Amino acid sequence: MIHYLRAYISDVKNHKILIPIIAVVMGFLLGSLIILISKENPWYLYKALIQSVFGVNFDNLGTDRPAFSIRRVGEYFVYVMPITLTGLSVAFAFRTGLFNIGAEGQLIMGAFAATALGIYLDYPTYILLPTVIMGGTLAGAAWGFIPGYLKARFNVHEVVVTIMLNYAAMYITNFLLKMLPGSDSIKTVKLNSGALLSSDFLAMLTSNSRLHYGFIVVIAAIVIFWFIINKTTFGYELKAVGFNIHATEYAGMKSRRNAALAMSIAGAFSGLAGVILVSGTFGYGRVLSHFENYGFDGIAVALIGGSTAVGSLLGALLLGALKASQPIMQGDGISKSITIIIYASIIVFIATRKHISKILVKMGRTD
Amino acid sequence: MKKSLLLALSVVLALGLVSCSKSSTSSTPAERTFSVALVTDTGGVDDKSFNQGTWEGVLRFAEETGSDKSFIQSNSDADYIPNLSTLSESGHDLVIATGFLFVDSLTQIADNYPSQKFLLIDAVIDKPNVASALFSEKEGSFLVGAAAASEALKAGKNAVGFVGGASFPLIWAFEAGFEAGAKAVSPDMVVLTDYIGDFVDAGKGQSITSKMFDAGAFAVYHAAGSGGNGVIKEAKDRRINGQNVWAIGVDRDQYDDGIYAEGKSAILVSMMKRVDIASYTVAKQTKEGNFPGGQTIYFSLENGGVSLPENNPNLSAETLTLVDDLKAKIIAGEIEVPSLPSNRQ
Repeated sequence: MIHYLRAYISDVKNHKILIPIIAVVMGFLLGSLIILISKENPWYLYKALIQSVFGVNFDNLGTDRPAFSIRRVGEYFVYVMPITLTGLSVAFAFRTGLFNIGAEGQLIMGAFAATALGIYLDYPTYILLPTVIMGGTLAGAAWGFIPGYLKARFNVHEVVVTIMLNYAAMYITNFLLKMLPGSDSIKTVKLNSGALLSSDFLAMLTSNSRLHYGFIVVIAAIVIFWFIINKTTFGYELKAVGFNIHATEYAGMKSRRNAALAMSIAGAFSGLAGVILVSGTFGYGRVLSHFENYGFDGIAVALIGGSTAVGSLLGALLLGALKASQPIMQGDGISKSITIIIYASIIVFIATRKHISKILVKMGRTD
Repeated sequence: MKKSLLLALSVVLALGLVSCSKSSTSSTPAERTFSVALVTDTGGVDDKSFNQGTWEGVLRFAEETGSDKSFIQSNSDADYIPNLSTLSESGHDLVIATGFLFVDSLTQIADNYPSQKFLLIDAVIDKPNVASALFSEKEGSFLVGAAAASEALKAGKNAVGFVGGASFPLIWAFEAGFEAGAKAVSPDMVVLTDYIGDFVDAGKGQSITSKMFDAGAFAVYHAAGSGGNGVIKEAKDRRINGQNVWAIGVDRDQYDDGIYAEGKSAILVSMMKRVDIASYTVAKQTKEGNFPGGQTIYFSLENGGVSLPENNPNLSAETLTLVDDLKAKIIAGEIEVPSLPSNRQ
């Protein structure tokens, strides 16, 4: 048995799955340790996580108050959906060797396009909703195309451009949002009902959570990501560019054009995240006073998920659980910063995967 | 390597188990204590503004009555609804939210949890399980207007200024009170008014204030949020250059914001909205079984909901006496403070 385990952990092939798991476990141990050091009880952390993901409240077990709340499960998915999409966005760019810091800005552009279309147009759902989704996706793609083009044409580093474009996106859309009819200084009017992903049916099923049909969009996005990367020539070329750009050029691939396209597709995923925030979670456009870090969460998600489609979903499920549990932890007197420490340390552990891999190989080889 | 890792793991686990077992014994419900919870906006309970004020009121209440208290800080406006829901499901006797940002989310949550009692501060929701607290800003503004005019007369000037954020009825009430207060001291007092257009543009606030000072204003009162920082900055700059002009603070005692040299502040006086009194008062009423659900409670000079700071080193003794006198008259109903400035009546 032990022999088998040693063989398993020392085999580098298994490290792709093993290392994220180790990183997550270590992250949680570190978080628990910090809670202990701050003289609180780590159980509250896990209790809050279980409550936010499964809706089971241990405090209410055996009392007259409800021990299970389906609403929490619904709200949990509301947290997970946008960061899954920004995670896919960052992951897609990663696969091409590009670092998309601009998911935030692309999301903001997508959200704005969805807001504007949803307010100005008034058609039945089967026309307006696809229009809003397409519009937001294209707006995100356009915002992603700018750094992609600059990279391809002038070799401008995409990190610099995307960081700057985040600010540009926020301030431009803040200005434009306030000009939409009926907007005040913090938000717009409600979108026309045909543009909404939110559903009374899902709200009823989950006792008034904000769960909406965006989950269908998210699942579709995961499938599309997987299909492009694994089943198309274009995806193969993108991956090849990510491995070695010079080799791909030598092989006759249009690697530069592909880089621009990859950033556009990455932007499209983020734009979609903006759409589901506006037409699903809120139902109106919001004038932002600061970034909401969906983009940075996307980077964390992509890193934890190893830049794969399913990995991004798993990463988002983890990060979403940490985010959704924050209010419950705070109610028990544990700082919400703990969750940030946990996922930051998970990322650090993942970043040191080569060393962890070496240690694992060594551990397997001790005899 | 492996052994030390294992050791560390088991130590952590063991500690975790020990502390778990401790808590499970202590958390058996004996006497249920009254509990109050606060949802903050993205500011947090140390924002030196509304959230902090509300939390201080909750703390004072909890200390005096031995009640439980807790708060949740929101990361973004996406958190308002889940945070309010979380607290509503945790069995608190009163859940407090501060500011008009919560109007939409709390309206929805109040319907979802009809048996939960809520307090909304500085905005109104008409639901049977929500108590709304508003402030008589016009009364407080009246007093700072009177103080400004009184000091202006002493300095041989006859103009004061008002800078609003956006132009809508809530801010007009500040202007109306300030104007009425200044005119009550001297009917010839000129009140210059202008609006920034939003609550953040400190640059525009400063340029408007500069114009007012150039036009002879002695003190400029602002109701412009962080846009008012420009008003204070202009007054500071001019005082450093030896001019005798002042800014007047709003919402809280802004004396510290106006400090430009050791022990010297450009803030003449401030009009304070005591959100702590609102949270304290309603929490107490709720504990006594008198939760004012569906009602709007006004916090005015009479119950200390609006007031001048306790220490006003930049006001003369005469002005302070005058202000106290006017305050007594407003409370007694002898002076009726208008809600609309003269040019809008």
